[in-house]
Amino acid sequence: MKMNRRRFLLGTTVIGGGLLLGYAVTRPTRQSLANRDHTEAGQTFLTTWLRIDPDNQVTVVVPHSEMGQGVLTSLPMMAADEMDADWNRVRVEQAPATDLFANGVLIKGFAMSMGLTVPAFLDRTVDFATLKAAEIMNMQITGGSSSVRFTGEMGMRAAGAAAREMLINAAAERWDVAASECDARNSFVHHPASGRSASFGELASAAAAFEPPRNPTLKTADRFTLMGTPVPRIDIPAKVDGSAMFGIDARPDGMLYAAVTTAPVFGGKLARVDNVDAVMQRRGVQRVIELEDAVAVVADNYWRASEALKQLQPVFSGTEFDGSSSNDIFAQFDAALDSADRNEDVHAGDAAQAFENAAEIVDARYRVPYLAHAAMEPMNCTVHFHDGRCDVWTGTQDNLGIRARVASVADMDENDVTVHPFYLGGGFGRRLPQSTNTIDQATRIASHFDVPVQTLWSREEDTRQDYYRPAVSSRFRAALNGEGQLIGWENIYVGKNEPAEAAHLAYQVPNQQIEYVESPTHIPFGAWRSVAHSQHSFFLESFTDELAWHANQDPLQYRLSLLADKPRHRRVLQEAAARAGWTTPAPEGRARGIALQESFGSIVAEVAEVSLTDEGEVRVEKVVCAIDCGRVINPDTAASQVESGIIYGLTAAMYGQISIENGRVKESNFHDYEMLRLAQSPEIEVILLESGDAPVGGLGEPATPPISAAVTNALYALTGQRVRELPLKNYRFLPPPTEASGNV
Amino acid sequence: MIELTINGTTRQLDIEAEMPLLWALRNELGLTGTKFGCGIAACGACTVHVDGQPVRSCMTPVSAVQNGQITTIEGLAHNAAGNAALTAVQQAWIDHQVPQCGYCQSGMIMAVSALLNENPNPDETAIERSISNVCRCGTYPRVSKAIRSVIATNAASTQGDTV
Repeated sequence: MKMNRRRFLLGTTVIGGGLLLGYAVTRPTRQSLANRDHTEAGQTFLTTWLRIDPDNQVTVVVPHSEMGQGVLTSLPMMAADEMDADWNRVRVEQAPATDLFANGVLIKGFAMSMGLTVPAFLDRTVDFATLKAAEIMNMQITGGSSSVRFTGEMGMRAAGAAAREMLINAAAERWDVAASECDARNSFVHHPASGRSASFGELASAAAAFEPPRNPTLKTADRFTLMGTPVPRIDIPAKVDGSAMFGIDARPDGMLYAAVTTAPVFGGKLARVDNVDAVMQRRGVQRVIELEDAVAVVADNYWRASEALKQLQPVFSGTEFDGSSSNDIFAQFDAALDSADRNEDVHAGDAAQAFENAAEIVDARYRVPYLAHAAMEPMNCTVHFHDGRCDVWTGTQDNLGIRARVASVADMDENDVTVHPFYLGGGFGRRLPQSTNTIDQATRIASHFDVPVQTLWSREEDTRQDYYRPAVSSRFRAALNGEGQLIGWENIYVGKNEPAEAAHLAYQVPNQQIEYVESPTHIPFGAWRSVAHSQHSFFLESFTDELAWHANQDPLQYRLSLLADKPRHRRVLQEAAARAGWTTPAPEGRARGIALQESFGSIVAEVAEVSLTDEGEVRVEKVVCAIDCGRVINPDTAASQVESGIIYGLTAAMYGQISIENGRVKESNFHDYEMLRLAQSPEIEVILLESGDAPVGGLGEPATPPISAAVTNALYALTGQRVRELPLKNYRFLPPPTEASGNV
Repeated sequence: MIELTINGTTRQLDIEAEMPLLWALRNELGLTGTKFGCGIAACGACTVHVDGQPVRSCMTPVSAVQNGQITTIEGLAHNAAGNAALTAVQQAWIDHQVPQCGYCQSGMIMAVSALLNENPNPDETAIERSISNVCRCGTYPRVSKAIRSVIATNAASTQGDTV
């Protein structure tokens, strides 16, 4: 597992030059370890991610978590395609949470795409200042829309291609012919000249004797058999009959249930707990456990635990934030934006000079609130301490990360902790270890018992104890010359987060000054689907739209005019606009808006068509989305991820608001933290565009960022009212002026 | 003692009369297909059928359903066809690749099944009014398509009957 700085840099250079190697492929020692520790009689690992059984079944071991994005299907498709395995003979397994299956490819992918800056969601134990090799490798994270583009492109395809070469070599040796005379197809190796053939299963153990090739030849797109086809997802049958197991469904023998309430003001501590004696008398209650900032009731049934918890009277200590409100926080942001303590994000040309020379200056201030993730499966984790070991059952975006976290809290060796992976009832960033505070509580609670304990949060606890998408305020100024052209761009915003480029402008503006201020609050924050893109895309694409209207130009044409050097951006805009009928008038009472955002390697344009209800509320009728993700692995799961990203972003735009009152979160459950439902769901049309040799882009997140601005830009077109603060539920819009009232 | 008839089998449970059906199913009987989402009947993840009607089990005390026939997602296929074959709704969910994370889908499928059993040809308004389940993955466009495909099949078979 050693990976020194030189090797790491070398590795990224090699990848940058186009030689993509799965890390597993370059590590024959891992393959031999996998063969030693993770096989039964007759099974053979060829590279750590592929196992072949004597009955000719190929098993692909996937080092990512399935949270609905289809990764248990798309990654095996990539390996099986390169391997020329028969899809009907391919099985899929979630990788065990052991070092052997840690995903080195992921870290390489990010290092390549982002220089040596590690995105926050990967920073659990990564220390790039010192490049501690073992820590870097110790991850199985699912996030950053990374699975297909890094693990798949660099790992699974190379692993499949390497296995294919090894199997062909084994057959050639057996038949005493040249490897070049052999071919693989549908899980068999053939020698056409002699008519001989042998199954992968027959050849596997001989193939394993060959060193995995360092440079396996990958297929060109015209030879793909699975990649690019809508292979049905393998996890879906279990998700229609109730048999799919999520973390909350873990049922180890003798399990007890814990209900928890945590200090409502972040940073508060548990001072004391009253009424314990009465609660202990309740049926099924086993124990009341005091934690530093929370109290738990453990019972033999979750309902009994949570009813007992309601009767308990915990008292939490006061904090300096007990009086804090959302208004205070935004006022603090405004003060920070007014301060001179600014950090430079982008400096191009001479913005100061441009503003001095400007014939006109346009400015605007935007802001968005905190948001919770609200994954459907409430946070939970089941822990069992026994015989000096610890078993953990949970659905997580990083099984190895959870193992490390539990080991750290329990002060145990990681090798004595076994994590049992489950399906995730929603991830969205909430189930990354650094945002999963349930894990620490579950570990501490279970440490009092010799039976398994499932710690399960109520929806209220999930809503009020999240690691929120940060609230952000952002101010813009644009300098226009005498012809109305955009010559200067100035932006200052609160809080720089990942990804680093989120506030950067896609458009050609010669003079730019983008700055940020840090203004920390006591509200914990974490990665939320698309991370900083979700806020900045709303700001950037709204202000750009303002400038288009100010210039009296069509918002699409205005954007295109600033993208002369970006053909892929132009194309998604044009395709989305064409399919949405941009140049034809919207139906009576409706208008359209457009927005653009590049994120996670994909470029997305969305056109929203909106109307108003009789009460003046927004109704999003239709969304057309064109996405260029380089190459599509599975068009059906790709489309579903885009649909999903749009609805996730639309929910935030329409309803998303976590308010702070008296230092704590006001919202609690779906009645006051509302969700888009079927009745509000727009018609969605997805256009998947491919871009030849462009790297494969992500799909899990990129559709989320542009939707809020697409909707508010449409609202402006419809009503003339510019929305500079979300969510839309706080507005009532006036209907558009009728013909009779005349156009001004 | 509480007596519950679930998926055709009658069980005696020594539990409190006010225990919500959800926790009797999940914690006492090990029927984990029915999901906990909100605890206030706001999201529909816990939807089951009682005498064919959709019921949000997180707010339904067991005492209220003692005399009813309770069907959970685990019993849906068996219940409808008398064997383990998937129902038309479940099959449509596979055909249209509806679930993503899948957590809400037991409740979604139970709600849709109850609606279509009651009314084989509901209009958009009826569908939107009845199916208020929350799905954070945003599978709604596919839920819609899957429902419409079942309705179309229902209509075709009804026509077939009358011809």
